[in-house]
Amino acid sequence: MKNQGNPYIPHTATIVDTWYETGGERCIKTFKVVFDDPAVRESWSHRPGQCAMIGVLGVGESMISISSSPTEEGYLRFSVMKAGKVTTALHQLEAGDKMTVRGPYGNSFPVEEWKGKKILTIGGGIGQAPLRPIVEYVKANMKDYAGLTMIYGARTSGDLCFKNEFAEAAKCEGVCCHLSIDVAEEGWPHYVGFVPSLLMEVSPSPENTIAITCGPPIMIRFVLENLKKLNFADEQIYTTLENRMKCGIGKCGRCNAGHLYVCKDGPVFSYAQLKNVPEAFA
Amino acid sequence: MSAMLLPKDKWPEFTGRLAGKNLFAPALQGGIKKFAPVAAGDTVTLDEGNTTVPPKALLFPQTETLFRFAEGEEGMELPAIDEAAVLLGVRPCDARAMAIVDKLFRWDYEDPYYLKRRELATIIGLACSEPGLNCFCTSVGGGPASTEGLDILMVDLGESYLLEGLTDKGQALLDEFKDLLQEAGADALQRKEQLAQEAAAKIKRSVDTAGIPEALPGLWEDPLWQRVSAACLGCGICTYLCPTCHCFDIQDEVEGAAGRRCRMWDSCMYAEYTKHTSGHNPRPTRRERTRNRINHKYSYYVDKFGVIACVGCGRCSNLCPVNIDLIDILRQVKAAP
Repeated sequence: MKNQGNPYIPHTATIVDTWYETGGERCIKTFKVVFDDPAVRESWSHRPGQCAMIGVLGVGESMISISSSPTEEGYLRFSVMKAGKVTTALHQLEAGDKMTVRGPYGNSFPVEEWKGKKILTIGGGIGQAPLRPIVEYVKANMKDYAGLTMIYGARTSGDLCFKNEFAEAAKCEGVCCHLSIDVAEEGWPHYVGFVPSLLMEVSPSPENTIAITCGPPIMIRFVLENLKKLNFADEQIYTTLENRMKCGIGKCGRCNAGHLYVCKDGPVFSYAQLKNVPEAFA
Repeated sequence: MSAMLLPKDKWPEFTGRLAGKNLFAPALQGGIKKFAPVAAGDTVTLDEGNTTVPPKALLFPQTETLFRFAEGEEGMELPAIDEAAVLLGVRPCDARAMAIVDKLFRWDYEDPYYLKRRELATIIGLACSEPGLNCFCTSVGGGPASTEGLDILMVDLGESYLLEGLTDKGQALLDEFKDLLQEAGADALQRKEQLAQEAAAKIKRSVDTAGIPEALPGLWEDPLWQRVSAACLGCGICTYLCPTCHCFDIQDEVEGAAGRRCRMWDSCMYAEYTKHTSGHNPRPTRRERTRNRINHKYSYYVDKFGVIACVGCGRCSNLCPVNIDLIDILRQVKAAP
């Protein structure tokens, strides 16, 4: 079925809550938003892994992964790093302010296909934001999955997103959390080192497991290498890509990695799909 | 559908009446040949050669408003796109380009701006009799009298024009001009075929495109990309004036308490096009950008929409300030191991 209506017109949404995940110049702020139009609230549905164009009228839009799972009903969550013009404008917004949202865009993690499997997420920095809906979805449907292991790292403990949620998740049955920071800090009880090394330390079995990774390109590259060392098959490895985007609907041209449009064919790809696309990890 | 003859002495009346229908035809504007509005009383001369600016500019303007917004106002105001237009003298290659770009703008999410203008436009093509220096339409599935994307094909038969209705829209327009037209006989249609063959025979440039889409993925790291992009200045003219290039940027403009979101042509030949906010650029040099341009037209588009996104109009070769020649690039692709 064709998507109807004018796809460039965004919905307005009101921010109901915000908080900072991390500090510093490139801090990450989370926004909880609710659509203003009840009809949009009613008709909106997204799947874990999809993205949305969020923005500020007069400034512009950015493609941001929807970091809430469809199982978290009544609102959407976006975790945004303050990096450029639009994200800086978004960071000025507080509860009660409006932003624009259009979407959801792109494909999603095949969570139905993964039923009965162990889910392994491997994230770095802001790369945990697109993995969060998977984590929340699997947690909410734990009976359908054989377990959830999360490996997550950032430069410093102050750069880790969703810290409280990791602590909470670790208490759930069937969930394992492994955190890391790049450089030792006093009182840090977890791993010190890079995410790909932590992956080797945890050394998960590929048996009946799906590994999903997202983070800086360099991290993804070494995680992929290490997953191969751990004997994960290409079809067991998933990642979610990002590229510069303007339209989000496959028209404006720029987000392609080889013949794949990240906005429409992705953002979720299996390594089997990407390994012969040289531009995928450029 | 009918084939009609318009005697040349009726041409002023024909174009005069068309002028009342929001007519656009090739004209010099500021020294650049492009499709310009024709007012009643203007003389329309269809000379040889194509326009520098392709007629895509009328369907997909260089800059257009997506919507307007104002502080304190609910909702967004959409631009009205409701005026029918007639494009007269569109070359078959440029019309084919529209048919090719249609596929992209219709793919899944329909682009309401482009498609509305497309729907409202009646395209009257003009078959070519004197191909340009770098024309190679016959190498990419077109021809001097190709009809794809057209509503009416017009062929200059000397003392008259042959007008062939190709779509309901085109036929409806011809029906309105019945009083100026005569039924074309078999001889006129035969003459048209003969002229098209003669014109095709005059096309000097060609490249065998068979196998190019299949070969490109294997040539990703081939030294040819360095070679063919070494002289590139990154000016983007090859894409701006390409009739099948459709890439755009979206920007907001604000004045006081009101503003608009607009889109404007963008080019894969520009550094900013793919540059991430982090500063990382997946296509860091002109080598990668040239490789993407050729792959997009001759591989990715074929993969997605089943057709090469190039109509052989030759504009990129004609206009490149450093003489980078698309046919030369394609030949190097063919010759690569």
